Amino acid sequence: MPDTKEVQTEFKPKILAFCCNWCAYAGADLAGVSRFQMPTNVRVIRVMCSGRVPPELVIRALANGLDGVMILGCHPGDCHYSEGNYLTRRRAHVLKRLLEYIGIEPERFQLRWVSAAEGAKFSAVVKEAADKITALGPNRWGDKR
Amino acid sequence: MVAPRIGVFVCHCGTNIAGIVNVPEVVEYARGLPYVVHAEANLYTCSEEGISSIKHAIKEYDLNRVVVASCTPRTHQPLFRNACADAGLNPYLFEFVNIREHCSWVHMRNHQEATEKAKELVKMGVAKARWLEAQEEFESGVYPAAMVIGGGVAGMSAALNLANQGFEVHLVEKEPKLGGRLLKLNRLFPINKDPSELVESVVKAVEGHSKIRLHMPAVVKAASGYIGNFDVSIDEDGQETSFKVGVIIVATGAQVLEPKLYGYGKLDNVLTQLGLEQRLKDGEVGEFQNVVMINCVGARIAERPYCSRLCCMTAIKNAALMKEINPKANVYVLHRDLMTYGVEFEEYYRKAKEAGVRFIRYTLSNPPKVVGRKRVKAVKVYDELMDMEVELPCDLLVLATPLIPNDDNAELSKILKVPIGDGGFFLEAHVKLRPVEFAMDGIYVAGSCRWPADIRESITQGYAAASEAVIPLRRGLVKVEAITATVDPKICKGCGICALVCPFDAIELKESKIRGLEGKIVSEVNAALCKGCGLCAAACPNRAIQQRGFTDMQLLSMVNALSGKR
Repeated sequence: MPDTKEVQTEFKPKILAFCCNWCAYAGADLAGVSRFQMPTNVRVIRVMCSGRVPPELVIRALANGLDGVMILGCHPGDCHYSEGNYLTRRRAHVLKRLLEYIGIEPERFQLRWVSAAEGAKFSAVVKEAADKITALGPNRWGDKR
Repeated sequence: MVAPRIGVFVCHCGTNIAGIVNVPEVVEYARGLPYVVHAEANLYTCSEEGISSIKHAIKEYDLNRVVVASCTPRTHQPLFRNACADAGLNPYLFEFVNIREHCSWVHMRNHQEATEKAKELVKMGVAKARWLEAQEEFESGVYPAAMVIGGGVAGMSAALNLANQGFEVHLVEKEPKLGGRLLKLNRLFPINKDPSELVESVVKAVEGHSKIRLHMPAVVKAASGYIGNFDVSIDEDGQETSFKVGVIIVATGAQVLEPKLYGYGKLDNVLTQLGLEQRLKDGEVGEFQNVVMINCVGARIAERPYCSRLCCMTAIKNAALMKEINPKANVYVLHRDLMTYGVEFEEYYRKAKEAGVRFIRYTLSNPPKVVGRKRVKAVKVYDELMDMEVELPCDLLVLATPLIPNDDNAELSKILKVPIGDGGFFLEAHVKLRPVEFAMDGIYVAGSCRWPADIRESITQGYAAASEAVIPLRRGLVKVEAITATVDPKICKGCGICALVCPFDAIELKESKIRGLEGKIVSEVNAALCKGCGLCAAACPNRAIQQRGFTDMQLLSMVNALSGKR
């Protein structure tokens, strides 16, 4: 058993992931069904399309002190709603630059494509995000305001 | 608004959840969350016992919101929503929390952190539930007619099936004749019959059917509307015609690739398999002494990675036929792999070998080479089994090329708002679970416009699409999940960005008829067209448009719950 004190001091980033219902959420379900083990950092919010997520909500989450936010949608061309993820992609480009401008490390926000068949990819994406954001350290943006 | 009274039901799922997540701890935690008046654990919330427990608690504790923390909404949401409805609670006052697929199953070695995560997920679900609102599902009528696009064997099968069930069918074919690619074939594998028998009987049945209206030669020019209520206009022999249908079946087929390989189009004794069939049908093929066939020409390459499935069988069929015409002929089939799926097909292949057709395997990295300037004189191929190059004399070279998507697929895809996949074929809603439906409700797909299909498969898919399409036709009413967008006309400034991003043309700018706002230009959502993606809600600069079940407030409350803010 690890010493509880040590567990508490270790930085465990809290990451929010918006998953579209048709691809990414189903991919996350598949990761579960396949028992692909992954870090416990990520919490999923289901939306019908990745294009439902307004950039303000991502900024709000980071301003609230969450360490990372992901939007996960269908691969380009596979959107259940034909073109929703193209909007997401365009917004993400602008959002990254905006985050940089207002002083949040843009790496705290990530856009990834995960299909309903990519359980392994979902688990890899979660691991990658957890590693990256752990390396960045805690999100201090909220403190600075 | 009545104060929220939330009930939380945490599922053990046997040991699936409870073996990892400390369920009693999660229940205890849920009890302390805002507006939660009842929390309990169930061995299986989805069991009859669990369901009756929910119904009982709704009455006992006067619950007006229900949160279930168990598996995934993708499979179990309808069950729990129905349980709420049975107990007199609007089914949209239900919220799902996934603590199995997204938690216990993926954190099996970390019970403590899994429990903490489950608690947070429940907290987020409860936070959203507080803002849930009762919703009414939109119902709309279904116009009892169908349009089938494509008069090939798939389209004709679908049209006949629908017409025989009593529904009016508009069959739209772009050629002046019914029958599609079948008209060009000489024989059918594996029965070696003349297809004209089949074509003639089906065409006769279609043409003579009182319920089928033929439009030939005609192409679809425009379509608008939604399941049950499509307005279609077609160009029929230069004339514009419009009609209304409830469902649409796409069965437009495919075309055969004309390759730029092996001297095709330059040397005069090179044909495609289809070209050979046409000549055989017209009786223009004499006796050949040396016939070479090459398979996978332009297929299973980087540019076109898929297997067209039918060409192997076609090559075997025609190779055996050439042997039948001249038993002394040397007939070679050069292939990369042979696709002879099914009992009959493998037997068909064996018979061709017995008849003396020779099969030689080549690889993509070392393809056959054509010898000759004006005509093919010989084909050189590296025979892997003999580990040497052989030169085969050749006076007829036949290339098996794949079926490729029709050139007008992209245009039709735009008109109907149905997707096409990477390769240019139409893309069904789900590769395994919904093989003949499009994601767009009320539109179905059959035959080779989806993927190369042989005649039997085309007929089967035509029937399958028809039987799916008949469901809304027969019911006469369709229900739409109440996750559609709504506009607050007081806040809406009429900028039209929502209409611009809507992939389904479900939003229009109109003059408001609401009292006090008369004449104001505002967005209006057509609930029957709206698919509930929420793109408009994310794009609205004024937050005037909201997606039901995924409002800004609901999403924000989840974010705040996770980050510990109120």
